[in-house]
Amino acid sequence: MSKTGLIDTPFKPVEKNVVEEYKTLLEDALGFKRAVDEEGRVVDEELLPKVSEGEIVEIYTYMVRARVIDSWLLKLQRMGKVALHAPNKGQEAVAVGAAKPLRRDDWVFPSYRELGAYLVRGMSEEEILDRALANADDPLKGSDFAIFGNRKYNLVPAPVPVGNQIPISVGAAYAMKYLGRDTVTLTFFGDGATSRGDFHAGLNFAGVFKVPAVLVIQNNQWAISVPRARQTAAPSLAVKGLAYGVPGVRIDGNDVMVVYKIVSDAAEKARRGGGPTLIEAVTYRLGPHTTADDPSRYRTSEEERIMERYEPLRRMRKFMESMGILTEKEALSIEEEWNSKVEEIVRKVLAKPPLPENVFFQNVYGEKPWFIQEEERDLEETLKTMEELGLSYKE
Amino acid sequence: MNMVQALNTALREEMRRDKSVVVLGEDVGRRGGVFLVTEGLIDEFGEERVIDTPLTEMGIVAFAIGMAMYGLRPVAEIQFIDFIYEAFDQIVNNAAWYRFRSGGMYNVPLVIRGPCCGGIRGGMHHSQSNEPYFIHTPGLYVVMPSTPYDAKGLLKSSIRSDDAVIFLEPKSIYRTIREEVPDNDYTIPLGQARLVQEGSDVTLVTWGAMVHLAKEAAELLREKRGWSIEIIDLRTLQPWDKDMVVKSLEKTGRLVIVHEARKILGPGAEIAAYISENYIDLLRGPVKRVASYDTPYPLAHEKLYLPNLAKIYRAVTEVMQW
Ligand SMILES: Cc1ncc(C[n+]2csc(CCOP(=O)(O)OP(=O)(O)O)c2C)c(N)n1
Repeated sequence: MSKTGLIDTPFKPVEKNVVEEYKTLLEDALGFKRAVDEEGRVVDEELLPKVSEGEIVEIYTYMVRARVIDSWLLKLQRMGKVALHAPNKGQEAVAVGAAKPLRRDDWVFPSYRELGAYLVRGMSEEEILDRALANADDPLKGSDFAIFGNRKYNLVPAPVPVGNQIPISVGAAYAMKYLGRDTVTLTFFGDGATSRGDFHAGLNFAGVFKVPAVLVIQNNQWAISVPRARQTAAPSLAVKGLAYGVPGVRIDGNDVMVVYKIVSDAAEKARRGGGPTLIEAVTYRLGPHTTADDPSRYRTSEEERIMERYEPLRRMRKFMESMGILTEKEALSIEEEWNSKVEEIVRKVLAKPPLPENVFFQNVYGEKPWFIQEEERDLEETLKTMEELGLSYKE
Repeated sequence: MNMVQALNTALREEMRRDKSVVVLGEDVGRRGGVFLVTEGLIDEFGEERVIDTPLTEMGIVAFAIGMAMYGLRPVAEIQFIDFIYEAFDQIVNNAAWYRFRSGGMYNVPLVIRGPCCGGIRGGMHHSQSNEPYFIHTPGLYVVMPSTPYDAKGLLKSSIRSDDAVIFLEPKSIYRTIREEVPDNDYTIPLGQARLVQEGSDVTLVTWGAMVHLAKEAAELLREKRGWSIEIIDLRTLQPWDKDMVVKSLEKTGRLVIVHEARKILGPGAEIAAYISENYIDLLRGPVKRVASYDTPYPLAHEKLYLPNLAKIYRAVTEVMQW
């Protein structure tokens, strides 16, 4: 045995009990857990989370709100007010179901398709719109598009480069453990992201350092036009965790109940020092990849029509009706209510002024070095010249 | 024809001409690339030559380096050049340096191409002009066309080059500039600039989308001040065509460099330093650079961040009134 205890005894196979343990882990990673099927019927009582009827309505309402704001962002993009939008339609259950069981002091590292998670964390529709329009109230001050986040909600702004947040969230989880906190990180990313170096480094560190991290793959079947089968030859994405010593669980990502249950269990386990979990939430992106995409180039509308059947809001309505929580009609009226609320917010947000001209000189450094100061003065001169020449810079 | 179509034509013609040319990248197959540069290639050449890869820039570039070393001529698309950094290690340490490291036994005839630069409200991760990182790396050619005609001729030369080429396509002019592009097989040699317009007062050195802004600025300066501007489009940024620049300075004695990359250690810094080291006697005033500001690329107010007419107007005026 070495001093650190990190050196294996060489020249022998892996011990029998480890092989047995991996057999159980493989079942989780290759299986498919769901509590409620696409017709709203409970198929596995054990996988229903212990939540009250009121909480179920609340979860459903978050999913509705995500869908409503999603469709408004689409509309605003078409009006030329929003630069680009990545539709969330069909993926509301993963975002809401995973974010809901967390505590306020946990940290969430979203990707760009988790409107439901932003709402659960406390971000309002108004803030989402301020951000999307990069107006004077944009909390991220016009830095990039299609990303959201706010320290107020322990919600870290997503990076645009796919998967960059994965190893970073693992580092944050290590810090939590190091500081003796019982908080966890929750990280979202797509099936495409599992191909990147960031994923492999992140999972490897998570396993080696046994950090309190919950890593959720939103497997929506497509990375723009590239199908899941082009990302890996492995039979599931969850199974990838095992190679790094991170348990993987494959679940129905359109069943918000099972998402809640599995993430909640993984988070509690992580809090108690049980280490990371990789969750593959199987879902489907019903819309285009972004407003700049045209899915008819690479998939059939037949496929999309079939997948509508698995759509999570419809399933939730059926489930709630069969449980006697809300009738379908009551459930649908929640959507109408939010539609008109958001319409009002849109009107307010559209009237807000733009960010100041010198906004991009802020927050480059904590304190402005001489060259930033010089360039800021250069901008003032340029604005004067523009006025003299009658030139405009408005977008 | 626009630049996207010209690039598509160059790829198609080179693939027909030479079986060793293969195309790979994210979404280059059925989707035809997010900007449609590879549109239709998969129908003609099949999945083995037009390869939709897993989503990893490092994987794409390293995989292509291996292909290139074995004798293929891969053209790897980076969906937006902003995402090239994961592959940076492979580009610098391998694509650029295998020839040197192996004493000339191996070479890497690889083209890495992709949309670059700003002007389309793309935010910080869809707008970068990161050519300085590549220009700084010996062993690489760095190319940026400004017209459809040049795009076709330069891409063909890049594919035929026996060294690695970083081929940057300014996406803001992908579809806005159209011109006649002949169907014949022509090439434009790497390292050769283009004289865009003659002038006698100031030499304006530029490339990419800025060529078109420079033309507008020259017109404005002629109108308002009566000054005559000579414009040079470098086309290849490494190695840059110093002969054409020097020849022009012999006539004008004044140099302004306009580029989208940030100012600090941007290509303009190198050109200005080279000229002042070797040709200070030709200069009648300081060399001026018009570049983007040294902050990350902003989503808000990008027209103020990028070079614009007013910034060029000011720089030329300062050099003329020196
Ligand atoms: C490093 C990097 N490469 C390429 C892109 C362009 N891009 C944006 S999203 C995307 C596909 C992502 O697929 P996936 O991870 O499955 O997430 P999804 O969009 O399906 O939610 C690509 C290729 C990017 N943002 N970052």
